Amino acid sequence: MLSVVAMMALVVVMGFYVRHVRTQVREAETPAVANALPVAPPPTGPTETVTLYVADDAAGSLRPRSAQIPLPSGRQQRAEELLRALVRLYQQPGSPHPLSATSDIRSIYLVNPGTAVIDLNAAFADQHRSGILSEQLTVNSLVETLAVNVPAIQRVSILVEGKARETLAGHADLTEFFDVPAVGKAVSAQ
Amino acid sequence: MPSTTNKTLALLLATVTLLPAATSADEKQLSVYAPVATYTLPVLERGGREYVGLLELLEPLGRVSSQFAGAYWRIRYNAVDGAFIAGRTRARVRGRDFDLSGPFLVENSRGLVPLSSVVSLLPRFLGTPVNFHESARRLFIGEVGVQPSFQLESGPPSRLLLNFGTPVNPTISTEPGRLRMLFKRDPIVSPGSQSISFDNKVITQATYSENNGVAELNVTATSPLMASFSNNGKTIVITPAPTVAATAGPDNQAAPGASPATPQPPAAPAVVHRPLAVVDPAHGGEERGAALTDTLPEKDVTLGFARLLRHELELRGFAILLLRDGDSTVSLDQRASAANAARAGIYLSLHATSQGSGARVYTALLPVEGPSKGTFHAWNSAQAPALAVSGAVAAAIVADMQKRQFQARGASASLRPLNNVLMPAVAVELAPGPNGISDLSSANYQQRAAAAIADAVVSLRDRLVVQQ
Repeated sequence: MLSVVAMMALVVVMGFYVRHVRTQVREAETPAVANALPVAPPPTGPTETVTLYVADDAAGSLRPRSAQIPLPSGRQQRAEELLRALVRLYQQPGSPHPLSATSDIRSIYLVNPGTAVIDLNAAFADQHRSGILSEQLTVNSLVETLAVNVPAIQRVSILVEGKARETLAGHADLTEFFDVPAVGKAVSAQ
Repeated sequence: MPSTTNKTLALLLATVTLLPAATSADEKQLSVYAPVATYTLPVLERGGREYVGLLELLEPLGRVSSQFAGAYWRIRYNAVDGAFIAGRTRARVRGRDFDLSGPFLVENSRGLVPLSSVVSLLPRFLGTPVNFHESARRLFIGEVGVQPSFQLESGPPSRLLLNFGTPVNPTISTEPGRLRMLFKRDPIVSPGSQSISFDNKVITQATYSENNGVAELNVTATSPLMASFSNNGKTIVITPAPTVAATAGPDNQAAPGASPATPQPPAAPAVVHRPLAVVDPAHGGEERGAALTDTLPEKDVTLGFARLLRHELELRGFAILLLRDGDSTVSLDQRASAANAARAGIYLSLHATSQGSGARVYTALLPVEGPSKGTFHAWNSAQAPALAVSGAVAAAIVADMQKRQFQARGASASLRPLNNVLMPAVAVELAPGPNGISDLSSANYQQRAAAAIADAVVSLRDRLVVQQ
């Protein structure tokens, strides 16, 4: 009799334990609300003055614009926040070079010597307007803003969702490294 | 293996594009001359009659679609509807009935009309008169005919000037006592008489004839002739070929005691070197390019634009390799391979956009160069040696477009296959004009842009020939 009661108690305890474990697994599989947001929120903290190279579709060129943005201390994090600030600018109403609201910079990898790899999210490329001018302005804007504010970068590669992609939206070639001095020269000539 | 595939494809592309020029003399063809395009179509024999595809006939002239259901074959050209019934002569265009000279045929959903009905059928679709030289199978749409005039200068040396008033591009060959000019793509018409005699001891006669879509001018003489172009290709100058000097020059003097110099053979056939331009309508097939409107993909605009540019460049004496003359998928590497294999003087990539206005002319923004081996350039920067001339071409195109009231600007872009092309290379992105997005599909707007590009390219012809 005693052993039967002990067995039943053990079954009840095991049942509670299994339920607890399942709940934990479900919580782990549910994406965090923050991850579902289209764009990472801007960081807070002390601001710095940076120069953003802003594309203007109507003029067909880039224009330098000073901005005060909060930047973290790490070189890589600074680069990411810099380009995220640029993307947020393009997402504002009345932007001179509109990007979709879900476009974002996933991350930037700074590889020595002087190489930067920009990883865009899928929406950035998938929802980008197709056309040589529009796509090239985006590329020039990202490369020039990065190069001017993060010293010593000589070449830049652009990935989408961590993978190589032929073009941004059918035109601008993303298969090669962009030569920062060449892009700077092209921007100056516009 | 990929290299072999690319070479095979390049050869195939060149063969397909150059095929019309190499059409066998036995193969019947119809030549069509219109302000927007010049083209040839195969003529088919069915039941003792000559037939031509109606969709193919109208397609280079505007937007065309067709539908075949049951026995009914319907076609829409721009906003004009036509309805035909397989096996019947009665047809309806613009809501009015009329009779074909023979039954309408449908083969593999392709509608065929009797060739002899084209002269009455086309004006119903086009709204403009046509002139059909039926026995020669040459069709002139609108006032496009070019009548040559002859001007003989007695000399010495005697010179015969053939003035056309517009640049022409005949195939020229010579044989003793005769110079032959075949006009396959020029709308040349009879000079008024089939035969003109000259009161000259050297150049004696000129005759005109036309047959199977080709016009032919023959000049006969008592000595070998040669031809050269002048007046921007609008005039052909025919002169006696220079005779070989009787005495050898200092570099090839005969040795003392050697036999006298043997007589030289007659002058070799006149060879007219034409620079080759590669015209590349971007996108195509599954790759639609930008959606310019809900119903207008970029690939359709670039193809129409490219055909017009081909015509404009041919008028100015260029040979053309069109990398896509239909809705086919061609990869960027295949385009570059085909252009490089052709060893052309210039590569022109055509794009279209709904953003901005006018046009942008791009040269390659070269990436960080890959490893080069000896004299071989890396594939990703093959354009590097030609980039300076590309810049000159782009600047000339911008200037010529601005002269024609286009808002045009030059820039650099990381746009393939510009950086993989060995010859001077530019991309032109056509944007809407004053009438907005509808300009992009307007043949008139595209024609103006194509003429500006062609003029600019011609202005740098000498530099491009050197590159070639």
